[in-house]
Amino acid sequence: VNLAFFIQYLVAGITYGTIYAVVGMGFNIIYNTTGIINFAQGEFVMLGGMVAVSLHHHLPLPAAIAGAVLVTMGVGALIELIFIHWLSKPTVLRMIIVTIGISILIREAALLVWGHDVRVLPYFTGNEISSISLGGALISPQVIWVVAVCALMVLLTTAFFQWTMLGRQMRACASNRVGAAVCGLPIRSLVTLSFALSAGMGALAGCVVCPITYTQYGMGTGLAIKGFTVAILGGLGNSLGAVAAGLLLGIVESFTVSALPAAYKDTVSIAILLGVLFLRPSGLFGAGAATRA
Amino acid sequence: MTKAMSASLALLASALLVPQALAQDTIKVGAILAVTGPASFLGSPEAKTLEMMVADINAKGGIGGKKVVLIVKDSGASAEKAVSFAKQLIEEEKVLAIIGPSTSGETMAIKALAEESKTPLLSCAAAEVIVNPVASYVYKTPQKDSQAVIRIFQQMKKMGISKIGVLSSNTGFGKAGKDQIEKLATEHGIQIVVSEVYDSKATDLTAEVTKIKAANVQAIVNWSIEPAQAIVIKNARQLGLTIPIFQSHGFGNIGYVKAAGVAAEGVIFPAGRLLIAEELPASNPQKKVLVSYKSDYEAKYKEDVSTFGGHAYDAMLLLAEAAKKGGNDRAKVRAELEGLKGVVGTAGIFNMSATDHNGLGLDAFEMLTVKDGRFVPLAP
Repeated sequence: VNLAFFIQYLVAGITYGTIYAVVGMGFNIIYNTTGIINFAQGEFVMLGGMVAVSLHHHLPLPAAIAGAVLVTMGVGALIELIFIHWLSKPTVLRMIIVTIGISILIREAALLVWGHDVRVLPYFTGNEISSISLGGALISPQVIWVVAVCALMVLLTTAFFQWTMLGRQMRACASNRVGAAVCGLPIRSLVTLSFALSAGMGALAGCVVCPITYTQYGMGTGLAIKGFTVAILGGLGNSLGAVAAGLLLGIVESFTVSALPAAYKDTVSIAILLGVLFLRPSGLFGAGAATRA
Repeated sequence: MTKAMSASLALLASALLVPQALAQDTIKVGAILAVTGPASFLGSPEAKTLEMMVADINAKGGIGGKKVVLIVKDSGASAEKAVSFAKQLIEEEKVLAIIGPSTSGETMAIKALAEESKTPLLSCAAAEVIVNPVASYVYKTPQKDSQAVIRIFQQMKKMGISKIGVLSSNTGFGKAGKDQIEKLATEHGIQIVVSEVYDSKATDLTAEVTKIKAANVQAIVNWSIEPAQAIVIKNARQLGLTIPIFQSHGFGNIGYVKAAGVAAEGVIFPAGRLLIAEELPASNPQKKVLVSYKSDYEAKYKEDVSTFGGHAYDAMLLLAEAAKKGGNDRAKVRAELEGLKGVVGTAGIFNMSATDHNGLGLDAFEMLTVKDGRFVPLAP
């Protein structure tokens, strides 16, 4: 493998990694508030892409994306209000089962609304075949957009959970639900908000990866599995951890392809996940309960 | 015998006779299709096509005076569901024949069942193994994988290509195609330098394409039916690869061309003539069937016709043809199916025989390419 190809594999890995990371980060918000994994997160990603494609028929791209994020946030909040808000005992197990049900519901609804065809947003910059040269390797400008959105999400979520009162209240919710309620926090509204924010992040991810991966009604599950993997790998609730884990996983997968038959790509990534979970159950960058304290 | 007794006897007799009379007046056709789930792009147009055709057949008086009753079961592309639906259709509904399933995996799961219960099965799936070895009750309407591969290799020879890289997805369709490519390459003077299998849910394939680029091949062949087939061509062009890209007959869905945009330009693939129905010369024997199916379907469902719906069209066409003479008898219909010659369908002209339960020749495929976002015949 000469240098140009080495860089090319690295770039491919970064492409994979940022797609995983941008999806994976969405898991963190609901987790940070409720302590559960939202299994419908992949469907929020799909929904964002689908709504943006539909809106783009009538609106310019930035407006379509903004619209898609808002619509999906609304859907996220509505789903929480309908299915979770009124639960008298919203235990973790119960909420996990509810989110699995929601994911199936959204997927089938999307099949009815948009059909089975793949849909696509135009490249934000350039087109399907344009690429930027980087030390002999070629990279699609859309990958740079994904990297930028990833960075933006890390900054915003970290700032939100660390430094804003609302963010701290949401973390308090997950850390000790009863304690937070005793302190007078509007727990149920905070959970609704966390679903809306999580859906919005998923939708933004769905828009920015759409030109690369396309959007199809059933794509949520596949994306969510990888996103979930990096969220766990990076330490749940830790946005920067998700990005680092995403890049690590993507680059490992890419170099696996260079050395082994490509069919082993997922085997290697799942082996890494298992290995990390055995040795460091809180993830590579997670500090266990401390992140939520 | 009192009047009351005879009246009640007559009533009893008619009660016993009526259902039988009804059963004889209709032809029950079962269909197992992946209407939802990962293969819904196959099953959905197939189900719509069958519903449209059955309504049309019944409006014209049915088959031999008998109305057709269509029972569609949605398998969601699951082989387990296909098996239980097949049992239900054969044993409870007592259908004359089953159309489908949509995918090769499901078809193989019920092949033995159809054979044992002596129920004609007309599969809409591609893999060659469905009809090779031949099972007397099992037929399929799409062209064979091997014919697609041979057409691609013939085209490569014309273009002076001998060293290729192969990509395929980890599905039944991808694997069947890869096997045929590897089996047929040597005898056509083609050398496979690199062959990679990727996950059907892959979201980006830059690393796989990089490996192909490093191998210095003269062309890429990709074999899949998922969105990945439209991703791979983008990734190849983004990496500056200008070599020809060949795709399987699974590329015959204009949605993928729209998705891949300019990257789809120049992709070469074999396909049935449905995609270029309007461009065909009037002398082409398939033109009439193709244009009428395409315009009926697009007018009724307001969506682009795809070759997959065409496979269901052909299955119903063949079954209706066989049932004209075979009536409601499974064994007779089977024998009629095997003897069908010169039936003009959407995939080609079917000439069935005891050794060929597909009945299509190499000429059923036309080599197509993409120009300005549309399918056009490849210039010879």
